[in-house]
Amino acid sequence: MKAAVILFPGSNREGDVAHAIRQITGVEPAVVWHADTELPAGTDLVVLPGGFSYGDYLRCGAIAARAAIMDAVRAHAARGGLVLGVCNGFQILCESGLLPGVLVRNARLRFICREALLKVERNDTPFTSRYARGAVVRFPVAHGEGNYAADADTLKRLEGEGRVVFRYVMPDGRRDDTQVLNGAANSIAGIVSEKLNVLGLMPHPENQVDPLLGSTDGRALFESMVDALERV
Amino acid sequence: MISEPKITPELIAEHGLKPDEYERILTLIGREPSFTELGIFSAMWNEHCSYKSSRLHLKGLPTKALWVIQGPGENAGVIDIGDGEAAVFKMESHNHPSYIEPYQGAGTGVGGILRDVFTMGARPIAALNALRFGDPAHPRTRHLVAGVVAGIGGYGNSFGVPTVGGQVGFHTRYDGNCLVNAMAVGLADADKIFYAAATGVGLPVVYLGSKTGRDGIHGATMASAEFGEGAEEKRPTVQVGDPFAEKLLLEACLEIMGAGCVVAIQDMGAAGLTCSAVEMGAKGDLGIELDLDAVPCREEGMSAYEMMLSESQERMLMVIAPGKEEQAEAIFRKWGLDFAIVGHTTDDLRFVVKHKGEVKADLPIKELGDQAPLYDRPWVETPKQQRIDPASLEITGTLPGALERLMGSPNFASKRWIWEQYDHLILNNTVQRPGGDAAVIRVADGPKALALTCDVTPRYCEADPFEGGKQAVAEAWRNITAVGGKPLALTDNLNFGNPEKPEIMGQLVCCLRGIGEAARTLDFPVVSGNVSLYNETHGRGILPTPTIGGVGLLPDVEKMATLAFKANGETILAVGETSGWLGQSAFLAEVFDREDGAPPPVDLELEKRNGDFVRALIEDGLVTAVHDVSDGGLLVAVAEMAMAAGIGATLVSPPAEMSPFAYWFGEDQARYVLTVNGGSKGAVIKRAEAAGIALSKLGTTGGDKIALPGERAIVLEALRERNEAWLPIYMGAGMM
Repeated sequence: MKAAVILFPGSNREGDVAHAIRQITGVEPAVVWHADTELPAGTDLVVLPGGFSYGDYLRCGAIAARAAIMDAVRAHAARGGLVLGVCNGFQILCESGLLPGVLVRNARLRFICREALLKVERNDTPFTSRYARGAVVRFPVAHGEGNYAADADTLKRLEGEGRVVFRYVMPDGRRDDTQVLNGAANSIAGIVSEKLNVLGLMPHPENQVDPLLGSTDGRALFESMVDALERV
Repeated sequence: MISEPKITPELIAEHGLKPDEYERILTLIGREPSFTELGIFSAMWNEHCSYKSSRLHLKGLPTKALWVIQGPGENAGVIDIGDGEAAVFKMESHNHPSYIEPYQGAGTGVGGILRDVFTMGARPIAALNALRFGDPAHPRTRHLVAGVVAGIGGYGNSFGVPTVGGQVGFHTRYDGNCLVNAMAVGLADADKIFYAAATGVGLPVVYLGSKTGRDGIHGATMASAEFGEGAEEKRPTVQVGDPFAEKLLLEACLEIMGAGCVVAIQDMGAAGLTCSAVEMGAKGDLGIELDLDAVPCREEGMSAYEMMLSESQERMLMVIAPGKEEQAEAIFRKWGLDFAIVGHTTDDLRFVVKHKGEVKADLPIKELGDQAPLYDRPWVETPKQQRIDPASLEITGTLPGALERLMGSPNFASKRWIWEQYDHLILNNTVQRPGGDAAVIRVADGPKALALTCDVTPRYCEADPFEGGKQAVAEAWRNITAVGGKPLALTDNLNFGNPEKPEIMGQLVCCLRGIGEAARTLDFPVVSGNVSLYNETHGRGILPTPTIGGVGLLPDVEKMATLAFKANGETILAVGETSGWLGQSAFLAEVFDREDGAPPPVDLELEKRNGDFVRALIEDGLVTAVHDVSDGGLLVAVAEMAMAAGIGATLVSPPAEMSPFAYWFGEDQARYVLTVNGGSKGAVIKRAEAAGIALSKLGTTGGDKIALPGERAIVLEALRERNEAWLPIYMGAGMM
């Protein structure tokens, strides 16, 4: 798998995701500067990493969505190439129009770093094939603005098309929109594009690939992508 | 041309300079200083920058060991951790700014200490902090907790360093003066450490980073004075942080260091451009000439005085290698940062500042630092207190009741509400998260790891500064040991009241003696630190609080110990002697509202013996869980181990001659609680006998309750809920 991690000023989890990709695929991903206009030839996967691009001083992800490299990322997505946006990367995907909706401040207005339980809503995507459908996995969240919001029509369409891939759940596996840690609409933690090739999620699978650091629940997400690319 | 104020006694006093200090200036330069020069002297000679009250006594600290690469005197301390790698670390206070403007004050405290670490060429890998707030009932406390925690998180989370540990305490003596001590730890190649000393004449002095504004002028002077009425009016002296700029500065600095462009580097922290330029010149035996016309400014019409004293954040000063200016500039421009040649090194040992064609300052550079006042302030020893005989106490109530009260009290309550606002997982190396004895951070891909902790028990220091100083060091050493680390070195952050009062000065002197003795005996040298004095409001000082930040090394992180019980049916053992020492204990303070008696004495040889014993057990895989015993004694330690696991314990009766309260809540030092399974129990007992280590059985793990003989069982889940509840409820009560 040839991966390219986009580096914006203020990105700070690029090393974490590169570490996970290296550990799982054995291949070091390319790091691509935001001001570049092209992806390395043969790029299979584009990763928009977590962080605080441009300090998140404006609406988070809004400036990064307009970076020079984003045209190449949009073209890659239009060709059906895989795009993974984690945390700030998810925010950038929403701001760049690759995914619908927006991430706003957490309902309790505080940054939250803790392990979250997520239900894998479908396993027929390039990102989740290695999970059992309905499985509950544990990924950490680390965000101040992870509260997914969209208008009623968009939510209805997302749900109707089955595009919610990860959803926050309670310890008993049940969804409870009134208890969700950041206030996200419909307990949404991650969604895919219509063609299923663009995934944005707030929690960090890249921080959960090493047994020494808690669990390895995140590995299957990266392994799923490797599988999907091998099938092509 | 803007006319500058005349030098009057009032103006001198406003600059925090005493009449005799001003006389010293006149003698040194042989004339009346200009307004800009007066500002420079005030910046260099305040307590914060000159250590004029503490310097004499800091000399007694041990600072050397085979593994120490750089001791105190640089931006941060540096120790060798093997394989050509070095750990770079320091702790620094931002107390007064945080009280005045908690979010920015705490945030820029974090920013400043991160900069100290990456100035030396190290990439920050962890941050910690020690926070002290006033009585929770004080009207300002909730506001300070909310602001300080959000400020620390806001800066560290955006910068991208995991905030992994620390200490949070409440006491009425911090009502008007909270403490925010921030520690940062970085990693560098041992042969690629960068220093402040400039070398080479005629080389460009380069300004890098954010633009200079009018924020923070006289910040260091403010930090060196007591608070009275109207402290809030000092808000304009607090700097404003920009973690995004700092992140860019980090990446740009490491990149130009890697490209071989840097001869010397100094961050602009307290007293900004003044302090950084003087240090670079003075340490390198060179003069520096600055031309302020080239300084990137955020605001128009800034005077030389303002530029020299601004504490705008996220700025660096460097001496660039000959012929490397263009390459360095290109790297900085790529990261969108300012780069300006603002001066050059000279051979005349003068510090010359020019602005708009005028010489605004022309001072002897070495003397600015070397000739700063040095005080041997009068001091008196704190009167010793009597040992409290447990038999003299009329203790009512039950053991379970006292434990529940303690675990639900502000100082013992879980600090989850705080550390969940810090990204403690970024960088993928946090092996032991907040809540354990020490945070454990894997180094690169392992197997090595660093153990990190911040410790001090201020009420011990107040009662007996010497023993309290020893205890702070011993506690840090013990916490590192309890996770299996070998303690290597420490950084100290000495927070005290007004040193012009002999009793406060006595606290400082005696705490330092205690710290020195413990650091020497435990082979745990001091490699960096910071002194924060004048922590007083309305004439009342804080509890003496010499925070110790410890760093240790685990050769193999897989062997790390944690405090949670691991299985049912394991034997719980205590290492160390239990005499039932209740003087200055948390039990007396929280349950009886009494803070008296002599604090527990610290036998450093015993600390060493017991600690080395425990560390060897961990290394040899003979123990399943380990916890150091500190505040709250044995029963609190056992309860914390049980709650972390959700596994209960059945405990034994204390020795017949001892009060159960003294036994379970006494705070004798040099102790650990550990668990062993059937397979290793015999071996551990045998080893202890052979080594002459006191080992006693406390009970057996299992069930979902803590059962004490003849007492009602304590339901673990209820205890955990009580422990988790206090802080969120307290903070929630003041919010929408």
